[in-house]
Amino acid sequence: MNIPKELKYSRDHEWVKIEGTRATIGITDFAQSQLGDVVFVELPAVGDEVAAGSGLAVIESVKAVSDIYAPLAGKVVETNELLADAPETVNQDAYGTGWIAVLEISDLPQPDALLDSEAYERLVGEGGQ
Amino acid sequence: MPWSYLPHTEADRKAMLAAIGVANSGELFADIPAELCLHRPLNLPAALAEPDLAKHLAALAGANINVSEYICFLGAGAYDHYIPSVVDHILRRSEFYTAYTPYQPEISQGYLQALWEYQALIAELTGLEVANSSLYDGGTGLAEAAMVAASATGRKEFLVAKTVHPHYRAILSTYARDRGYTLTEIGYQDGVLAAGELQNKLGPTVAAVIVQSPNFFGCIEDLAAGTAAAHAQGALMIAAVDPISLGLLEAPGKLGVDIVVGEGQSLGIPLSFGGPYLGFFATTEKLMRKIPGRIVGQTVDQEGNRGFVLTLQAREQHIRREKATSNICSNEALCALAAAVYLNTMGKEGLPQIASLSLQKAHYAYTQLTGIKGVEPVFGAPFFKEFAVRLPQPVAAVNKQLLAANIIGGLDLGNYYPELTGCTLLCVTESRSRQEIDLLAARLGAIV
Repeated sequence: MNIPKELKYSRDHEWVKIEGTRATIGITDFAQSQLGDVVFVELPAVGDEVAAGSGLAVIESVKAVSDIYAPLAGKVVETNELLADAPETVNQDAYGTGWIAVLEISDLPQPDALLDSEAYERLVGEGGQ
Repeated sequence: MPWSYLPHTEADRKAMLAAIGVANSGELFADIPAELCLHRPLNLPAALAEPDLAKHLAALAGANINVSEYICFLGAGAYDHYIPSVVDHILRRSEFYTAYTPYQPEISQGYLQALWEYQALIAELTGLEVANSSLYDGGTGLAEAAMVAASATGRKEFLVAKTVHPHYRAILSTYARDRGYTLTEIGYQDGVLAAGELQNKLGPTVAAVIVQSPNFFGCIEDLAAGTAAAHAQGALMIAAVDPISLGLLEAPGKLGVDIVVGEGQSLGIPLSFGGPYLGFFATTEKLMRKIPGRIVGQTVDQEGNRGFVLTLQAREQHIRREKATSNICSNEALCALAAAVYLNTMGKEGLPQIASLSLQKAHYAYTQLTGIKGVEPVFGAPFFKEFAVRLPQPVAAVNKQLLAANIIGGLDLGNYYPELTGCTLLCVTESRSRQEIDLLAARLGAIV
């Protein structure tokens, strides 16, 4: 199970990479493995304002349809258009080219809202719930 | 034996009730508030013995007039096209007739394949990439198309041509009311959508432009121009169409229309006083994941054999009810099957022939009728199989006299369009003979 040290994680299995005022968001290696083959990603529109914990995108696999929640509040400034034609990128490179969206952060998350890699690893070790 | 068709005896029932600890079946409904309960038997006449019931129903049916004994010139959304006998023969096979929803592909390959073929035929007819396996009727299809457009564009306003069937517009407004969508009507000029008014009302808040072609008056709308205008403002174009007309007219998908819906009753389904009918729905691959209803897909099993399944079920309410495109999971499988058999029977040459005969006979009737002193044309736009004429007497009175001559007259347009009081909407399909049309002209001439 790949859990990069430099990233932050949500309890809903999203990863967050904060650089200045921007946050790149995707789903974790654990999440993609649980979902199985991803066949479709419904991306947000650039310009959408999202609150922490609200729906950001929808991911459809051969097994299920799941919501992807915004781990922090912000405005969508970029979405990964590659996923329209190649949704399987989420399975192949969850932390890289399989990213979902970039937010301009409007509110920094509460200190305990996001997990570090060790805390996230414990969460996954307990079954991910 | 009052319950001869039920498997449980009185003893069985008592044992089951005792096992779950209730005295009678009424107790199972204890959670319904008493003030909502009737507290008496339904007010129904006594049961009849089967032979008496058969007589009773035959008498009720006999009170209706029908299109095999009367000459029908009434259309307006339900059409008297000929139904080849092969349709009924295939429909009545018990494998089709009694089948349930094909959720288990392992035991439903026959029906799934038939529905997949129906979808392929609708996709080809409409010139689009994907079709669902049917909705209730044309009106439902149109309303569902509007919901898809709102979801796809994130906008909440619809521009609806007044030339769209009034019933379809009523269904649309029912849907729109609960979802908080706005409907703006676009008037008509000479029988078709007023293009200038459409242009003025189009803007960045419009989710879709909704038209019907041939429209309610039978006139052909300019789908290409409407589509261009809609797309220029980022709106989608939705068209309800007469599938028979597509035997002659260009497929709307080829003109850029985003969602094509319609009433499929003309395709081998009897009039049946208004139902069950068939709503067909087709759209682009781009909107595929927002399609309401069921979609049958073609795939391969693990040994590589071709097979059919219900697919893209993530769109459906049994997966994520609150996020589903639509709350309709039902379809009209038997009617869709009828349409598939009809289209396969008619084929690439038959359908244009039916369309062409309907068109030519309708135009012959138009010429005959407008030649009568006092009967005036209403619109100048090109029409397919329906047309409006203005009568010198009230339409209802004229229809009553036509009925006495075994002719079912046209629809009184004044009931839906006050400005068209005195106008009747007549329909001529390939089923009408020259003699029948001449008879209508002679009778009408004698009346007016």
